[in-house]
Amino acid sequence: MDINWHDLFIVGNPLILGSQIAILLSVIGIVALLTYLKRWKWLWREWLTTVDHKKIGIMYILAGVLMFFRGGVDGLMMKAQTSRPEMNFLDAQHYNEVFTTHGVIMILFAAMPLLIGIMNYVIPLQIGARDVAFPQLNALSFWLFFSGAMLFNISFVIGGSPDAGWAAYFPLAGKEFTPGIGNNYYAVAIQIAGIGTLISGINFIVTILKMRAKGMTLMKMPMFTWTSFIASVIIVSAFPIFTVALALMTLDRIFGTHFFTLSGGGMDMMWVNLFWLWGHPEVYIVVLPAFGMFSEVIATFSRKMLFGYKSMVFSVVGIALLSMLVWVHHFFTMGAGPAVNSVFSITTMMIAIPTGVKMFNWLFTMRKGRIEFSTAMLWALAFIPCFLIGGITGVMLAMSAADYQYHNTLFLVAHFHYTLIPGVVFAVFAGLYYWWPKMFGHMLNEKLGKIHFWLFTIGFNVTFMPMFFLGLDGAVRRSYTYSAESGFAPLFLVSAIGAVILALGFATFCYNIYWSARYADRNISNDPWNARTLEWATASPAPFYNFAKVPEVKTLDAFWYMKKHNEGLTLSDDEIKEIHMPSNSGLPFYMGIIFGITGFLLVFEWKLAALVAAVGIIIGLIIRSFDYNDGFHVTVDEIKETEKSWRSSDGKGVKNHVG
Amino acid sequence: MEKHKNGFPVTHVLGFIMSLVLTFGALGVALKTSLPFTTIIWIIGSLAIIQAALQLYMFMHMNEGEDGTANTINVISGFLVAVVAVAGSIWVMSFGM
Repeated sequence: MDINWHDLFIVGNPLILGSQIAILLSVIGIVALLTYLKRWKWLWREWLTTVDHKKIGIMYILAGVLMFFRGGVDGLMMKAQTSRPEMNFLDAQHYNEVFTTHGVIMILFAAMPLLIGIMNYVIPLQIGARDVAFPQLNALSFWLFFSGAMLFNISFVIGGSPDAGWAAYFPLAGKEFTPGIGNNYYAVAIQIAGIGTLISGINFIVTILKMRAKGMTLMKMPMFTWTSFIASVIIVSAFPIFTVALALMTLDRIFGTHFFTLSGGGMDMMWVNLFWLWGHPEVYIVVLPAFGMFSEVIATFSRKMLFGYKSMVFSVVGIALLSMLVWVHHFFTMGAGPAVNSVFSITTMMIAIPTGVKMFNWLFTMRKGRIEFSTAMLWALAFIPCFLIGGITGVMLAMSAADYQYHNTLFLVAHFHYTLIPGVVFAVFAGLYYWWPKMFGHMLNEKLGKIHFWLFTIGFNVTFMPMFFLGLDGAVRRSYTYSAESGFAPLFLVSAIGAVILALGFATFCYNIYWSARYADRNISNDPWNARTLEWATASPAPFYNFAKVPEVKTLDAFWYMKKHNEGLTLSDDEIKEIHMPSNSGLPFYMGIIFGITGFLLVFEWKLAALVAAVGIIIGLIIRSFDYNDGFHVTVDEIKETEKSWRSSDGKGVKNHVG
Repeated sequence: MEKHKNGFPVTHVLGFIMSLVLTFGALGVALKTSLPFTTIIWIIGSLAIIQAALQLYMFMHMNEGEDGTANTINVISGFLVAVVAVAGSIWVMSFGM
């Protein structure tokens, strides 16, 4: 085992040197701050060892926002590099690394944790459960995701980033053409995070099927719960394919096998096939929960029940089925022949049908509703036209013959940003503005929220709309520069300006978090939006046991029904019983660290050391199997105390909502 | 569980007989006929799949108990994913041949 210290730290690039110094300083800063405030024990007890779905959800969201920042900086660097022809801001290699990490981080380490974070916080509350089905496994999911994300993120300062695109196509991503260790990070870090996601998927399926409140049949579940459930089913169906593909990639790169190589009888396109067998369902894994959030937000702020609930459910299930049957449209130009390409063209176009059904349902929900233009609702309103542009260009791309023209141009890049940003990012913002009071007991500032909204939506359109036309003019994607004679310069410049506006929007959001945490009114009710579903029936922020008394569900929009009929809103002392809750555990955190170390050693191909570290994983599993901790009981007095602090004293149940 | 009260386990015996028929059928096709090799593979493959489904249903109590429906849905969806991934990949990677 020869350690090449020269390869370990990336030197000689001022941008990366700056980041290395910044990382070092922030680590020192955080450690110093925690020590100064004597918060180490608090951090360990309240956060690192927690199994509470709400805290895990918040950690997911925090990590997701951080990663969104990282991916956003990558995006800004690309926009700076292409803002003018023949720019010399990034060289070709650095540009390759930046677009690769931008893609991976935005999809896997920003969109996924933001959605899973909101799912974690909201789903158990929405179905009237006290936690997810397997709380400790939930913590393990988070720490594995976090470990994978951190491993992937250190790549740019230690060892070099992956540089073969976010889809890491073979043969480019293989050892023959990319001999450095950068792509090992891709294979190993995503694998670790992927295990976490798969566990989350299983956890949510069981939670939603087994832990709903009394009376909540499947067809009385809130729409967000439905879409998250279906997304979890897709996770469980599709992620194992990626697990296998990544394992084969790891074997190819680190252990010298020939599954996807050009030499030795490998099949490079098989990687592409397996990647998209997972990759396309992945698109629906991120967009379905987002659709659910829009459904909740639109119903709440139109003061109407969601239009066409049943058709909504059927279209979600239909999208899930079709999502597994369209993957070849990502590589029509492989030239698999007219039969294959036609079939996948048709299945792809068919997805527009259930999606269209959902669009009309949202519009009809708003029809004749009393629409309140809160920030969350603005995101949902902007989503509809923006996503429509993404969807319609999607149908254009679905025609395999035409795809030969669009393929590999910025038209495609503009298309998927028009689906993923309105479909996922707008939804996450809508969800955060909507559920923020439930998570933290104070609202995000609406005025700042509206500035955030306008900057972000305008910036988004200014950034990506020109890319459609650039693509139609023939500008290829992933090219780090272009000549002045190409005539692309004006549109590229407009796009770069848009990216700055987009970044200002995100900065406003971060400032809003800070401002609201410091100054926002804490005196809000448990139901500030006059909402419809069960998560609003308990305190804001929700107590750690969620519900003192689990509500009984009679109809769809259960909490709305409770409010209208004044049922189940009050709590008398004799209704309070002891509550059984799971105990904290440090094991998931330990597993995250040991997986991270093993992964790191594997990335550097120090196989023996990785094997030794892997023993630590086995030890963790053994410790867990001898863990007989059955949790603890919350006493009646403690529940009484907690409930008294937020319920109004006159016994009339919930306080009035603000605004 | 309630089926046991009838005394005679009809489904078990029926399943057993059908399993025997399918097994000997496969054996017969493989050993006693002079069909082309691919045809034999297709026939015994299909018989195997039928028998697997039969045993899941009749011996493994797939659709019984409180999770019966869920089990059935799981097996069918797992089967679908496997077919899509394996047969789909073969079809696509052989360029639709």
